[in-house]
Amino acid sequence: MANKRSIEIMVGVFIAVGLVALFFLSMKVSNLSSMAGGEGYPVIARFDNIGSLKVRSPVTMAGVRIGRVSAIDFDLEVYDAVVTMSVDSRYNTIPDDTFAKIFTAGLLGEQYIGLDPGGSEHYLKAGDQIQLTQSALVLEEIIGQFLFSKAEEGSSE
Amino acid sequence: MTSDTEPLVKIRGLRFFRGERAIFDGVDIDITRGSITAIMGPSGTGKTTLLKLISGQLRPQGGTIEVNGQNIHQLSRRALYRLRIRMGMLFQSGALLTDVSVFDNVAYPLQEHAHLPPSMIRKLVMLKLEAVGLRGARDLMPSALSGGMARRVALARAIALDPMMIMYDEPFTGQDPISLGVLVQLIRALNDASRLTSIIVSHDVQETTEIADYIYVISDGRVIDHGPPDAMMHSDAPWTGQFMRGLANGPVPFHYPAPGLEQDLLGA
Amino acid sequence: MLEQLARLGRVGISILAHIGRGNILLFHILGGIGDIVVRPRLLIQQLYSVGVLSMLIISVSGTFVGMVLALQGYYTLSQFGAEQSLGVVVAASLVRELGPVVAALLFAGRAGSALTAEIGLMKATEQLSGLEMMAVDPIRRILTPRFLAGVISMPLLAALFSALGIMGGYFVGVGLLGVDDGAFWSQMQSKIDLHEDIYNGVIKSFVFGWICSWIALFQGYDAVPTSEGVSRATTRTVVHSSLAVLGIDFILTALMFGG
Repeated sequence: MANKRSIEIMVGVFIAVGLVALFFLSMKVSNLSSMAGGEGYPVIARFDNIGSLKVRSPVTMAGVRIGRVSAIDFDLEVYDAVVTMSVDSRYNTIPDDTFAKIFTAGLLGEQYIGLDPGGSEHYLKAGDQIQLTQSALVLEEIIGQFLFSKAEEGSSE
Repeated sequence: MTSDTEPLVKIRGLRFFRGERAIFDGVDIDITRGSITAIMGPSGTGKTTLLKLISGQLRPQGGTIEVNGQNIHQLSRRALYRLRIRMGMLFQSGALLTDVSVFDNVAYPLQEHAHLPPSMIRKLVMLKLEAVGLRGARDLMPSALSGGMARRVALARAIALDPMMIMYDEPFTGQDPISLGVLVQLIRALNDASRLTSIIVSHDVQETTEIADYIYVISDGRVIDHGPPDAMMHSDAPWTGQFMRGLANGPVPFHYPAPGLEQDLLGA
Repeated sequence: MLEQLARLGRVGISILAHIGRGNILLFHILGGIGDIVVRPRLLIQQLYSVGVLSMLIISVSGTFVGMVLALQGYYTLSQFGAEQSLGVVVAASLVRELGPVVAALLFAGRAGSALTAEIGLMKATEQLSGLEMMAVDPIRRILTPRFLAGVISMPLLAALFSALGIMGGYFVGVGLLGVDDGAFWSQMQSKIDLHEDIYNGVIKSFVFGWICSWIALFQGYDAVPTSEGVSRATTRTVVHSSLAVLGIDFILTALMFGG
């Protein structure tokens, strides 16, 4: 009888350890925790070009992650990208004249949205739209512009 | 439907092939209720196969086997299992479950099929173990048993559900004289006490003739001879005589077929 | 020429017959699941011998694989100045590939071979026939609980392998090589996706558990009932399971991450 009992206990331990490992993988390793903390409110921003921004890319303010991109749509009427961000509800005092830019982490890194706070006394609410945006820097365009301006300089001399 | 005079097992025209080789080719056997019938023959004649055919573990290519009036190979799976509850089988190795104790081995069929309270099962197991004289060994594991004891435990397990027949597969092989005597006595006693029908498959002539009521001798896929033990022992038929009296030479030659000895020694 | 063709045909037929017997056995095994609900004790016993007894080898291997991944990954990544991504490299390779695959290979070697040997020996010692003569279906009573135990244990073991591997990688990367603690976890969390990586890893290990248990039980049940036959069957279990796991892993990876 004692033997049966110890087998049952060991099997219990095995299943518990396995489930804890799964839980660890889900919570600690994957992005579930940052998603689950998603008691966030949606904010919309329009960009001419979002570069390689993706759903779930981080949204930061002063380098601190305060939310993430929850959806990216394309507006067929004005031909720009509509990015919906989910901002953590703890950060509920973001001025409504905040400036949203798309940055690149490092030269080749992933892209994210950085928010620069404005000075307004009104705060962004759920569903509001950020008016001031700056598109992603697309490397090819920058190089193109650089070469173009060099060529112009050369021809004007 | 079935009267008492009708044989319990009725085999007609049994044909069974393993690949190209014919194991049985037209075998007819009747096994009378309440008797001990022995099926004898040299090693490799498929005696164990015959038991597997009777119990429905193998399917013959031709012929019929009726047990208690039911054609074994036309039964549904469920009906076959119901019938097997009433058949016991003693395997050569005992076939005890190696990871549970003697008690649990004997209790196993009861727990599976008889919906009895545990205290009742305990009593029945004790009675069955008492019948084979191993009540004291109930807590041993099968690995701690000698071959003869393992066979007796297996016998207790085979009779746990009070079957109508028991099949013994080579019960006397590899036993020391004492456990041999015990087994012979047990088989006889069980048969007489509980009105069982027993089928013994064996090639041990002496022990088998001692307890059998009727003997069939099989060789090369056929029944060569059959009759009561006395008649068989003094049979004039050359083959039966050779087998029953254990002579080295006879219709079954001592030499495996070969070209002449001179040819093999001098030829190459 | 004709002889060659005939030989090819014979091989083909025997392979088909083999697969057919395997599938019949699988259906028969699955048919016994209802019995397990009635007698959960059978399953617990098998979870012990299949799962609990595999925990040690899985834990130790997982930890070391994670440590090696961190070492190797660190040297490659540091050449691009991307040591911060070490957490991602370790976690992604473990969760997506190494966890399910290596755990399945170890499972085939540890638990699969034991299952084959056990079933093969039960066959050789006539225990399976004995059960059948007691009107107990040996497949439902003996094989089904073992199969279920394998299918249930495998994802848990793979998760354990990955989790300990990540801890091992953390120990080497952060503890010994000086990667930033915060970067290790945050990079990992931003790159590893619950659905895409973790769920798919679990699905993989579930499939591997199914395949490995099936092969092990089939080889045992189909073994030639002699000591030589059982030892051959045990070897076949390990070889077939390993090949099947690697092959199916390729297909699953292509399906899950390819598109």
